[in-house]
Amino acid sequence: MRTLLFIIQKEFLQIFRNKGMLPIIFIVPIVQLLILVNAATFEMKNIRVSVVDMDLSSSSRKLISKYEGSPFYKVVQTTFSYDEAMDLMQKGKVDVIIRIPNGFERQLVKENLSKVQFVINAINQAVAGLSSGYCTSILIDFNRELMQDWLSPAQMAGLKNIQTDFSYWYNPKLNYKTYMVPGILVLLVTIIGLLLSGMNIVREKEIGTIEQINVTPIRKIQFIAGKLAPFWIIALFELAFGLSIGKLVFDIPTVGNLWLIFLSGGIYLFVILSIGLLISTITNTQQQSMLVTFFFMVVFILMSGLFTSIESMPAWAQQVDRLNPLMYFIKIMRMVLLKGSAFADISSLFYSLVVFAIVMSSLAVWRYRKVA
Amino acid sequence: MYNPNAENIIVVKDLVKRFGSFIANDHLCFEVKKGEIFGFLGANGAGKTTAIKILCGLSYPTSGQLNVGGFDIYKEREKIKRNIGYMSQKFSLYDDLTVFENIRFYAGIYGMRRKVIEERAADLTEKLDMKEARDMLIRDIPLGWKQKLAFSVAIIHNPKIVFLDEPTGGVDPVTRRQFWDMIFKASREGITVFVTTHYMDEAEYCDRVSIMVDGKIAALDTPDNLKKHYGANSMNEVFLKLARIKIE
Repeated sequence: MRTLLFIIQKEFLQIFRNKGMLPIIFIVPIVQLLILVNAATFEMKNIRVSVVDMDLSSSSRKLISKYEGSPFYKVVQTTFSYDEAMDLMQKGKVDVIIRIPNGFERQLVKENLSKVQFVINAINQAVAGLSSGYCTSILIDFNRELMQDWLSPAQMAGLKNIQTDFSYWYNPKLNYKTYMVPGILVLLVTIIGLLLSGMNIVREKEIGTIEQINVTPIRKIQFIAGKLAPFWIIALFELAFGLSIGKLVFDIPTVGNLWLIFLSGGIYLFVILSIGLLISTITNTQQQSMLVTFFFMVVFILMSGLFTSIESMPAWAQQVDRLNPLMYFIKIMRMVLLKGSAFADISSLFYSLVVFAIVMSSLAVWRYRKVA
Repeated sequence: MYNPNAENIIVVKDLVKRFGSFIANDHLCFEVKKGEIFGFLGANGAGKTTAIKILCGLSYPTSGQLNVGGFDIYKEREKIKRNIGYMSQKFSLYDDLTVFENIRFYAGIYGMRRKVIEERAADLTEKLDMKEARDMLIRDIPLGWKQKLAFSVAIIHNPKIVFLDEPTGGVDPVTRRQFWDMIFKASREGITVFVTTHYMDEAEYCDRVSIMVDGKIAALDTPDNLKKHYGANSMNEVFLKLARIKIE
């Protein structure tokens, strides 16, 4: 035990003596949170619209004004030429073209049926899907208003009309940031924890001090624990720091028990740091360690469910994802912070992390060799 | 001091170490007596460092029987580590820690108590004339100081044997002389010294020397006997003669 304290003391001295460390610990999380949370959003604002109105009737104006009045749309061009509008779309300056044909109103009155064309830029399929949804819903709205104007109340009553209303649970205002902050916080502690621990033992190999440690009677478990503990404390602090920023700047909800967050966070970081140290014992140079760390980090992050939903991955990928510790902790964070889930709700995720922690730390201790 | 009747503290029998088809140590056999300064000489690449790493438990031998400090190298590796000190040719102190922090760390992992460490550190910096440097970072002190400090740290836990792998590489003659004074002092205090070097003047300071050529021990005796046997005036001549036999 005493030996362990000497190692921890030495690691802390080295970490804080390193001039580059303090900015990494304090500034990087602030910057990451502020930039990523604001940038990584699927919210639709300012869909740029080009209107090609060939009809110029009161009905067509009414339809266009509905788009103009919506907060999601910005009409950037009004023209009579479809080619002109297409030209702008090809330059990437327009997201949607609304084309109203000549005779739109006349047909509507005569035949009760008329056509409008939407041309949607689908380079980003998620945005395109949402745009098309919005466009259609506005059109339906327009349709209903027309019926109200033209039909008598008796006729209206005869039409079966089902109207859908949504109420969004756990995130009633559909605030995207509420959803992103907990996930990005996980990303943050993961990157810092994995990089710091991954570079650590291999650095001692490079400068040669590991040999001096290996001739001492130090036990393997003491050595790994002494390396893990300082980073664990720093990363937990980082998590608390990030949560405070999330609360102060983005006002994220903290419905659940914060102790539950830190308990799961503690286990999760144990997993991540063990993986880092394992990489560090396997590799021989800091560059190798960096490459291996990056490989795992990219896979973990892309499959974590932070940006894309895990449920929409193919079944085999979902199976593979069960080996991804990030996925578990992001789920726990979202469940506890946004829904106020209790331990019973997250217990299966929690115990999975415990199993990870045991396996990974044992592997790290086992792989650390005192004899070459 | 070499005493032929003293007990053996290191016994090596048929030590072989291969790296693929290359044989770094070819059936080495020797004994080191308790309390002596044993010089382990050889040209670069003769296999000195390989052998010393095996004796310290940093590397596995391919075959052979080895006993260090009364413990078997295969079964009692950790007991051996409690009883030896080691200073490598690669630098072993932490550059970004101070003199005192280095002492505290290494003494700490040998299980010494903080109070004892404070006393030892004060005593040590006093003797090394480094009192003012106590709180200086290792990267800021001269090489000679670092090496003397590294030696003191290697024996801070009073080991039975200390292994020194080319401890004086790159150091000026005055500092080398001072370094050897420290080795003599450790030896007088009962620590057996196992030292590799390729400075032949240092070989004269040893009680006995073995000379390795191409992974084999070509000669092993006291410096005086070796000089007599090869009709040489200095260890340098002895070494050159042995090396020449090999070249021819």
